[in-house]
Amino acid sequence: MTSSLRGQVAIVGAADTEVGKVAHMSATQLCIDAAQRALADAGIGKDDVDGLVTCNSMAEPHMYHAEAMAEYLQIFPKYCVSAGAGGGTTFAVLYQAAAAIAHGICETVLISMADSLRTGLSREQAMVMQSSSGHPQFETPYGSTVPGYYALIAQAYMHEYGATPEQLASVAVTCRKHACLHPGAQMRDPITVDDVMASRMIADPLRLLDCSLVSDGGAAIVLTSAERAKDFPHQPVYLLGAGEGHGHEHISQAHSLTTSAAKLSGERAYAMAGLTPKDMDLVQVYDCFTPVVLIELEDLGFCGKGEGGAFVAEGHTEIGGSLPMNTHGGLLSHSHPGNPGSMFALTETVTQLRHAAGERQVQGAETALVHAQGGILSSHCSVILGRDA
Amino acid sequence: MSTELAKLMPVPTPETQGYWQGCNEGRLLIQRCTACGHHQFYPRLLCTACASSDVAWHEASGNGRVKSFTIIRRAVTEAYADDVPYVVALIELAEGPTMMSNVVGCDVEKVHIGMSVSVRFERRTEEIAVPIFNGNE
Repeated sequence: MTSSLRGQVAIVGAADTEVGKVAHMSATQLCIDAAQRALADAGIGKDDVDGLVTCNSMAEPHMYHAEAMAEYLQIFPKYCVSAGAGGGTTFAVLYQAAAAIAHGICETVLISMADSLRTGLSREQAMVMQSSSGHPQFETPYGSTVPGYYALIAQAYMHEYGATPEQLASVAVTCRKHACLHPGAQMRDPITVDDVMASRMIADPLRLLDCSLVSDGGAAIVLTSAERAKDFPHQPVYLLGAGEGHGHEHISQAHSLTTSAAKLSGERAYAMAGLTPKDMDLVQVYDCFTPVVLIELEDLGFCGKGEGGAFVAEGHTEIGGSLPMNTHGGLLSHSHPGNPGSMFALTETVTQLRHAAGERQVQGAETALVHAQGGILSSHCSVILGRDA
Repeated sequence: MSTELAKLMPVPTPETQGYWQGCNEGRLLIQRCTACGHHQFYPRLLCTACASSDVAWHEASGNGRVKSFTIIRRAVTEAYADDVPYVVALIELAEGPTMMSNVVGCDVEKVHIGMSVSVRFERRTEEIAVPIFNGNE
């Protein structure tokens, strides 16, 4: 029997770079900029970092990315990892880094991730690179795009549960509403369900506004032990639970198109935290495409299977509702620079749990679940964070 | 044909050579476990049901149903632009396994979940033909 990670490690620094179209910075610069901002937020310098985690960039790749960033910064960590990439692994590295701290491998880990998909790649390059997540022999030859892969999920979900395009659209509307309250968000003009329905079809049934953004940007956090966390300037945000779930890599191999391994990652995170879905004051789910949000809300236990569409359309997930979600605007409206995308959900959650989110603050937020997935609804990681250890 | 305009092409490996050779001859080969009878796709070194390494090629009937589909309105590369709108679908073969493919030979708007489909082959090069499916209306 090993001791649980619950409450042993806390986030003591968090920051985002400018997002959207950030043409004056390369992907490497964005990664370093995010790092410097998070260190400043934590009130420490680069030489205080003895653990570094990054993820590779598509626009400016390095064979060994974290090592290259350590060299760039001239820091010499005891723990240095490039996350395997894919949205889900963004959070997997969080609890792996926490485990490294809990076991005394290192004391202060900087997790910094950035990319410049908007300006660092041409539109065609970005599409081909992202769709290369398909199986090279058994999927990509058929010419699907990433929206196409997710449309297979959307179509099956709507067929099985009778969800409507308007319900999918309400996810995009909710996220945009929240982005309008975030001064740094990429998209800050309100939209309606009609706007989503009127946007052009990309891959049936997904319309342009059902799809997340393509962005430049990065975000970073600083992680240390709960003991040391109290000495930092801000309210520590403790890691209470974490869990992964893996169902498939390629969508053609999925055992279910409508129930994901978020069910497993969520159950594992709740078990570690000793908490239930009802204990969560807010949730950040991975909104690469609108239907994914419905499936994740259901699989994470926030509503019954097939009820996600009505749950969102009725406004429960808006700030002020019973379960505010994606309070920064999510990948749909805040930003989506590719693999680092869910880092913004993490920094936003830290801001919310510090009670520093200004007009988008979820009142009295104590505990939150943050969920990310990678591949095509493939690899899932759920993390539960709270103000109390 | 310039490489820029070439569709994305499978590159067979020692493991998948038999499959692509079958396609080239107009036969859709999946694997059948000699020990437990399980059918699987894509080709693997072991049976995913019982872990036996005694898996053999088995010619599929080529009949199946659309498990899910989408109509691609924005092509992934220029090479697919002339095909827009085209259908990408998950096909559940009569033998059980699911594969991704295109559904052709019918109005894209008529494709639906549960639609019956049958295999045909789209020749891309002298060595490569990819299995695609006819929508049976």
